[in-house]
Amino acid sequence: MSPTLLLVALFFAIPVVLIAVLSFTDMSTATGLRVWNFVGLANYEQILNHPNSGVIVWATVFYVGVTLALFNVGLGLLIAILTTHMPRRAGFFFRGVWLLPRMTPVVVYILMWNFLAERVPYGVINEHILVPLFGADGAGLVPAAAWFFVILTNGLVGASFGIIIFSSAIESIPRDYMNAALVDGCTMWQRIRYLILPSLKWPLLFVTTYQTLSLLTSFEYILVLTDGNFGTRVWSLWAYQTALSNYFGNFQYGLGAAMAVILVVIGVAASIVYMKFFRFDELVQEPKIEAL
Amino acid sequence: MSTPGTTTPTTESLPPTRRNRSRWTDSEYRASWLPIVILVVVSVPVVIGYLWLIVSTLSDRTHGLIPVDSEGNFGGFTLRNWSFLWEDPQIWTITLNTFLLATGLTVGVVAVSSMAGYALSRLKFPGRRSLLAGMLILHAFPSVTLLISIFFVLRWLRDVPVVGSDLPLIGGIGYNTVGGVILVSVALQLPLGIWLMKGFFDGVSWDMERAALIDGCSRYQAWRKVVLPAVRPGIAALAIFTFIVGWGSFLIPYTYLVDPTNNVIAVYLNDLLGPTSPVNFGELAAIGLFQLIPVLIFFFFTQEYLLNIFAGGAKGGA
Repeated sequence: MSPTLLLVALFFAIPVVLIAVLSFTDMSTATGLRVWNFVGLANYEQILNHPNSGVIVWATVFYVGVTLALFNVGLGLLIAILTTHMPRRAGFFFRGVWLLPRMTPVVVYILMWNFLAERVPYGVINEHILVPLFGADGAGLVPAAAWFFVILTNGLVGASFGIIIFSSAIESIPRDYMNAALVDGCTMWQRIRYLILPSLKWPLLFVTTYQTLSLLTSFEYILVLTDGNFGTRVWSLWAYQTALSNYFGNFQYGLGAAMAVILVVIGVAASIVYMKFFRFDELVQEPKIEAL
Repeated sequence: MSTPGTTTPTTESLPPTRRNRSRWTDSEYRASWLPIVILVVVSVPVVIGYLWLIVSTLSDRTHGLIPVDSEGNFGGFTLRNWSFLWEDPQIWTITLNTFLLATGLTVGVVAVSSMAGYALSRLKFPGRRSLLAGMLILHAFPSVTLLISIFFVLRWLRDVPVVGSDLPLIGGIGYNTVGGVILVSVALQLPLGIWLMKGFFDGVSWDMERAALIDGCSRYQAWRKVVLPAVRPGIAALAIFTFIVGWGSFLIPYTYLVDPTNNVIAVYLNDLLGPTSPVNFGELAAIGLFQLIPVLIFFFFTQEYLLNIFAGGAKGGA
């Protein structure tokens, strides 16, 4: 246990405290790491009054909401239902295919999408679909439709989580119910509406809440795809860029920390709620072997 | 199982495993062509990129998915895109770093979480409940939000004498060393690893372990000789999963390793993707495929294990 505790202290406990403290300072590349001051709530005030704050909050809500609804839950559910209505092996195969984007290294994955969206004649989408069928001008697609690609790339990765959770939930519906529905002459749609969806209530709630948190805090794919350009800067990326990575070279640790603290607070609160949700007591039964 | 009426005579004579597979004869499954057609269509966007990657690594240039030569005619097969393997010595430093990161991460996560998972699953010690609660919270907690303050922890670790920045091979455990990146990555993967290992250990029968203890094993021996072998498939799955995560990891090395020329493949590739770099699609694709190959190999052989791991551990991803 002790290596665990050491690592947890070093990279979870200390950072949580540290980020809170940092958010009350003016530490940045300009002040250096030694000559900084406590500035109270100045960073938070600056965030509130920042001209970009509103735009970025809206972008974040848009990104999380659309990706979640269309892909992580919507598409996940669709594919889970489809893969459970075919021979088992075929279902496994397709679930495997949908796992592929998540397994692929981020940069390789984004590289593929970058080139699918390239200008004519190199980009696959332009060369084979948009130009011959719709007479598009064939320019690169990422700048023009940045949100489309941000949501698509994240969504194709995120769908696999829902697919796995939903399909195992569907498979655990007692076969008798399914057969009874068939005997009663249910159509496919009625079966989904009155049998499958009601029994997926908890998995749906779980995937929705869990993925909301993930989407809210993760920015790796956006960082590689657009670097926050073309209006696709979300809150977590904003915090990261302010503190650790930007072209101006002035890393505003204090300000960035204040931005991240808001996410940390949401994260901690959500994690505690999850813990209450998942009937924690059942998971921590006292070990039986001590009764020997 | 199907009723006698629906089982055809031919399947009757086959060995049982074959008979289980031939579900197409069941009435319920006969209607499954429609879901399959829909799925194939929906899955095209997922697969098409990989197709493009493979085609363009092997051709002079591509127009869409079609390989062409310099005059634009079909053809243009070449291996020149792969020349970075022997012409660019940097790639091997970078590959070594990536391999070190992936291996270090795997060893660290498996070693620590198999011990901690066992302790949480089987040992009674003060604070166990709160530790478990803490692990669960950490598992759900979005650790990327802590990158900013981990930056300071690593800078502080760098000033620790000897281990901070003067180790051979991994450089040390502080900021701007491969070792530091490994350490952070291990820590951030631990909640998942411990949680999964605890689950695997929970599945081992108590009677087996009790029998070992009655036969005179110490707790450590019982763990080492009886329990650990029983969870070997779980450990293998966790190891493969962790290796793939480490091999592909981008954000942590990108943030904590300063020099893009002494970094990991993901960062190197990202650097080439930038707007200022000369664009050679074929070579970029080749480097991408070079990074992807080990992942694909693992993927094809352990797909079903990985599906289970992801069910327990998918995080982020958006």
